[in-house]
Amino acid sequence: MSKRRTDFEKYVPYLLILPALSYLIFFIGYPLVQALYLALFPNGRFSMENIDYLFTSPFSRFEEAFTNTILLVIVIIPIQVAIAIGLAMLFNMKFPGRNTALYIIVLPLTISDVAAGLIWYSLLSSNGFFNKLLINLGLISEPIQFFGYQYRPMEFLAIVLTELWRATAIVFVILFAGLQMISKEYIEAAEVFGATVWQRIRYIVFPMLKPSLQAALIIRTLFAFQIFGVVWILAGRDIPVLAGEAYYEQVELKHTGVAAIYALIIALISVAIGYIYIKLFKAKYLEV
Amino acid sequence: MKKDEMSIAKYYLIKIVIAGLATLAVLWIMTPFVIAILYAFTNPSDYYSPNVILPLRYTFEHVQKLLALGATKAIINSVIVALITIGLSFLLGLPAGYAFARYIFPGKDSLKLFIVSLRMFPIMVIAVPLVTLYIRLGLSDTPLGVALAHTAMALPFVIVITSSIFAGVPKELEEAALIFGLDRKGAFMRITMPLALPGLAAAAIFTFIMSWNEVFIASVLTLTNRTLPAFILTSAMAAPDLIKFAAGFIMILPAMIFVFIARRYLITMWGITLR
Repeated sequence: MSKRRTDFEKYVPYLLILPALSYLIFFIGYPLVQALYLALFPNGRFSMENIDYLFTSPFSRFEEAFTNTILLVIVIIPIQVAIAIGLAMLFNMKFPGRNTALYIIVLPLTISDVAAGLIWYSLLSSNGFFNKLLINLGLISEPIQFFGYQYRPMEFLAIVLTELWRATAIVFVILFAGLQMISKEYIEAAEVFGATVWQRIRYIVFPMLKPSLQAALIIRTLFAFQIFGVVWILAGRDIPVLAGEAYYEQVELKHTGVAAIYALIIALISVAIGYIYIKLFKAKYLEV
Repeated sequence: MKKDEMSIAKYYLIKIVIAGLATLAVLWIMTPFVIAILYAFTNPSDYYSPNVILPLRYTFEHVQKLLALGATKAIINSVIVALITIGLSFLLGLPAGYAFARYIFPGKDSLKLFIVSLRMFPIMVIAVPLVTLYIRLGLSDTPLGVALAHTAMALPFVIVITSSIFAGVPKELEEAALIFGLDRKGAFMRITMPLALPGLAAAAIFTFIMSWNEVFIASVLTLTNRTLPAFILTSAMAAPDLIKFAAGFIMILPAMIFVFIARRYLITMWGITLR
């Protein structure tokens, strides 16, 4: 092979990656810069008016949106992780019908947040499945109201239930894959040396599952901060959230600058969360 | 003897507990699907009757009404957007995925890490500023405009998936083809590509579902040419319950079909993209 040819070969992988990379840099870099410009330079020069809007405008429901989003994350994520760990351990054992059950458990991964919201609406509406079931069982006499401004705590509950149903599978799939990678030999060795079930979980399974758990937590938390479709379908603006406000300001009020600020706040939170998780896990488990 | 009986009893007890928990998990996921699908076809009087829990009479009327209200056009738009997204993201992503799977080069790991981390980039930041750009470019309210943004969202996933699919095709086969006189391109087209094809088809389905399900970008960038989720988001709120259920059914239908077709790859695929 001639010198020229090997020189060219060296650049081949870069040439293969370049189109995709340029596309991503343009379609993510340009909006990012433009979002900053829209947010902070509304009339071509620097101004705080969009930020003031968040805190002072009667249209703005920023504080509520911020609190609700964080509240939803705090309530949903720990339950999801707990359920997913339990499910992953359950499915790591062999039982008849396991594969079929596995397909069913991951089914919610394929459907959108909008569809999930509509599905749970059919269960929880006042003529919905649960209300009719409970009434006919004689457990309640009047339907439980889940929707409407005056029932906001119930709307919150409906959102939590839908998100638990829809997105626990994401955490489960990551943890399940992580569990499957742990060699049975480690666990058998521990068994031979007389480790109890709890000790095996605590000292072998748990430390080896750490990277998967980290990945699952980061992905799930970041997407949870972008929660939109489920909330919008089930509660509309009764329960404002950050992404919902971005949508509302942009589409309904045409406040592009304000929408851009909401988008940037979500991006900022994402970076912060990623950083915190990486710090948190590295500090303690670097040696594992 | 006593101890043996104990352990046999314990063995069966554990089996029963496992079966019970698995059944519970399956019911928790399945019940909402089944109910939502049944309710999408319920006869209205059954739905509004407090004593009929599971409807006995069914009708296509709600789905038909929804289609007539504009869902047909929205479905067509959604399919167009998804197909352009698949085309573009594979055109750009396939070579990159191949490069990450087959070549060793300086900067490979950091480049891959960079692309992987872009998966987490919130789509809200992509959508809002594109509105102004699209007005200038004449792309606002077009399926192409939505597809371009969806490609930005799907591309990191496509690169990661295709790279792992190509990595799964034994390098030795490609090398053998090179020895037997095919050039690199020929080896790729005639050996690697056919072997990777089923996986790539599954990846295309994955991309389709991503685009089909995406709602934020689509509703911000379109006004009259809504995709299905955007159409439902903006009009379902005011619609009667049964129309909402029909909308839910239409939204989940393609996902269900595709999952059935690609079920062999499903869990692996999500495992790859989420790691």
